[in-house]
Amino acid sequence: MGLQCRHLLGLEHISVADILKILATARPMKDIIKRQIKKVPTLRGRVVTTVFYENSTRTKMSFDLAAKYLSADVVGLSAIGSSIQKGESLADTARTVAAMGADVLVLRHPASGAAALLADLVPCAVINAGDGRHEHPTQALLDLFTIKDHKGSFEGLKVAIIGDILHSRVARSNIWGLTKLGVEVRVAAPATLLPPELSRLGVKVYTKVEEALAGVDVINVLRLQLERQKQSLLPTLREYAVLYGVNKERLALAKEDALLMHPGPMNRGIEITAEVADGDQAVITEQVTNGVAIRMALLYLLTGGEIVETIN
Amino acid sequence: MKLLIKGGEVVAVDRLTVEKADVLVVDGLIAAIGKNLPVEGAEVIAANGQLVCPGLIDIHVHLREPCFEAKETIATGTAAAARGGFTAVACMPNTNSVNDNVSVVNFILAQAATAGLARVYPIGAITKSSKGKEITEMADLKAAGAVAVSDDGLPVTSAGVMRRAMQYAGMLDLPVIPHCEDHSLVANGVMHEGYYSTVLGLEGIPAAAEEVMIARDIILAETTGCKLHIAHISTAGAVELVRRAKERGLDVTCEVTPHHFTLTDQAVVGYHTATKVNPPLRSESDVAAIKQGLADGTINVIATDHAPHTLEEKAVAYQDAPFGLVGLETAVGLVFTELVATGVLTVVQAITKLSTNPAKVLGVPGGRLAVGEIADITIIDPLLETKVDPKKFASKGKNTPFSGRMLQGLPTITIVGGKVVYGES
Repeated sequence: MGLQCRHLLGLEHISVADILKILATARPMKDIIKRQIKKVPTLRGRVVTTVFYENSTRTKMSFDLAAKYLSADVVGLSAIGSSIQKGESLADTARTVAAMGADVLVLRHPASGAAALLADLVPCAVINAGDGRHEHPTQALLDLFTIKDHKGSFEGLKVAIIGDILHSRVARSNIWGLTKLGVEVRVAAPATLLPPELSRLGVKVYTKVEEALAGVDVINVLRLQLERQKQSLLPTLREYAVLYGVNKERLALAKEDALLMHPGPMNRGIEITAEVADGDQAVITEQVTNGVAIRMALLYLLTGGEIVETIN
Repeated sequence: MKLLIKGGEVVAVDRLTVEKADVLVVDGLIAAIGKNLPVEGAEVIAANGQLVCPGLIDIHVHLREPCFEAKETIATGTAAAARGGFTAVACMPNTNSVNDNVSVVNFILAQAATAGLARVYPIGAITKSSKGKEITEMADLKAAGAVAVSDDGLPVTSAGVMRRAMQYAGMLDLPVIPHCEDHSLVANGVMHEGYYSTVLGLEGIPAAAEEVMIARDIILAETTGCKLHIAHISTAGAVELVRRAKERGLDVTCEVTPHHFTLTDQAVVGYHTATKVNPPLRSESDVAAIKQGLADGTINVIATDHAPHTLEEKAVAYQDAPFGLVGLETAVGLVFTELVATGVLTVVQAITKLSTNPAKVLGVPGGRLAVGEIADITIIDPLLETKVDPKKFASKGKNTPFSGRMLQGLPTITIVGGKVVYGES
């Protein structure tokens, strides 16, 4: 039943079988989203709670809609205007939420390891919706789904991840997921935004973006947090855009049918130009739809659901 | 009052041997060491098969009092010391108030006297409130009983202030114990910067943060002639810097903690906050270099950096937890299990680093078993095995990464000034 893992904390420790099962289950889920009546009774009577200690627009809304499309009741808790502000500890907040009867607890937290901390404490399933710089597994899964959707399989693929790898949980989860599936992963960033010993994760590390992009099937462009300049990790955003910004010329270095992805929200004109972000190769809005499908699949599987071809 | 320790293996650090002998204690002093000493009128401790050692001295502990009594008090900290085989501890000044004036020294000594367990040697601050700006009244501190100066927990960021502090402390023959860390390199780091910080997504503390400061302080010690003892070194580069300084004949010593020769940064996997410590647990090659430094004598002292915290302080996300772990009650077991049993150190070398050298660094009594010396004695059973159980700790702090670990070689009796403060006599 369901998945081998009880929680989704990251892609580092998940099995390939689980990844493939999630991707397969997301397929019929995506069909539901395309229907005129976007609701199935599958998770009626189930409760999903979203606990967000960081601001989030798309991930939070994506989980909310995923739960609603499956008829689960969904309750959200955000850091503003709750007991979190009164200094209640993360562990106590989680126990309280679980004690109210949650079946799934979705956590977004600025501290790496926060989801792992909770998983040891609560009886319900925990989904990591981003913990510090550590992992953002649902984002990586939706990226994998998007790639598979377009490329059919992962065999022989080359994926370049461009941008702030040091601070990126999206990059880490993508690296684990892609390398597990046998994909060649390349990362490119300025030396100041590369964490140490990255090559031990089985990726090729570049500081010249052109080298990383040569002949790849997929380009995943990361968001650059604008405060990095103040931390003296970058001289200026201008120089970053000049050296690393993905534009038409750089996109042309990849395969002709290369996909252009971005986890959003984008800084147009910095890490990506509007021209390519809105161009034919971009699948950025598709990623958003796929995110809902992936999260539906996870809610379904982590509450014990089995793989199906279609859901009514 | 006579006490006879009979039939034990006496660790003779001067002769570098372990010899079967009896030790007679009279009125708090060692009265005789020899074979078949007469029993009459003495309370007898049978020590067959056990190591009779000069009392162990931990020159780096945090007793937390005054102010942080929820973490530890001088009474519970010295009880932990006694249980761990330490007859004396030197406590760091980062309490509140900081130990930067005579009244705090006096308070610590009074609390220690009331507790009546291990001896307590206060370490005064280098700078007022350990703020790194103005040097303390070191002569006054020394007269009251401070044995060294340190701003442990914080670096003295200004090289200019450190130079003046070393000149002044040197004049008073007070050792300076720097906490070597360049905060601009540490930034918000919470663990060693390397493969595991990359995987765990935790901010890293590069080895260079420690090494640049050690290099600076060695240069300053050389120009000022002060006695420098570098606290808790943890990297291969740090060992090399100290080795080179010693080769040049400088009066530089250093210490390492049991957790830094036992664990690597891999222990942080799982985000257990008991592994969050400063300096952080380092890489495998650093641990190998530390062991080499212990074996070749570069590292003179083993000290615990005993740093108790409350359960609730540590039951948080890794980045939010305070640095520090408790060490007093696991140190001997770790030294024997990780260093002696594996052949890195002989018994005599281990006891030298736990007793003789710490006494020399601070210029305090003890450190050897000899007639006329104070009767601070630790008896260790080298074969006794136990599983670490924090619930049994005398320390208030249960924050250990060694919970559940099997250790072999444990203190059985601790004697301070001829009085048994731990164990069954």
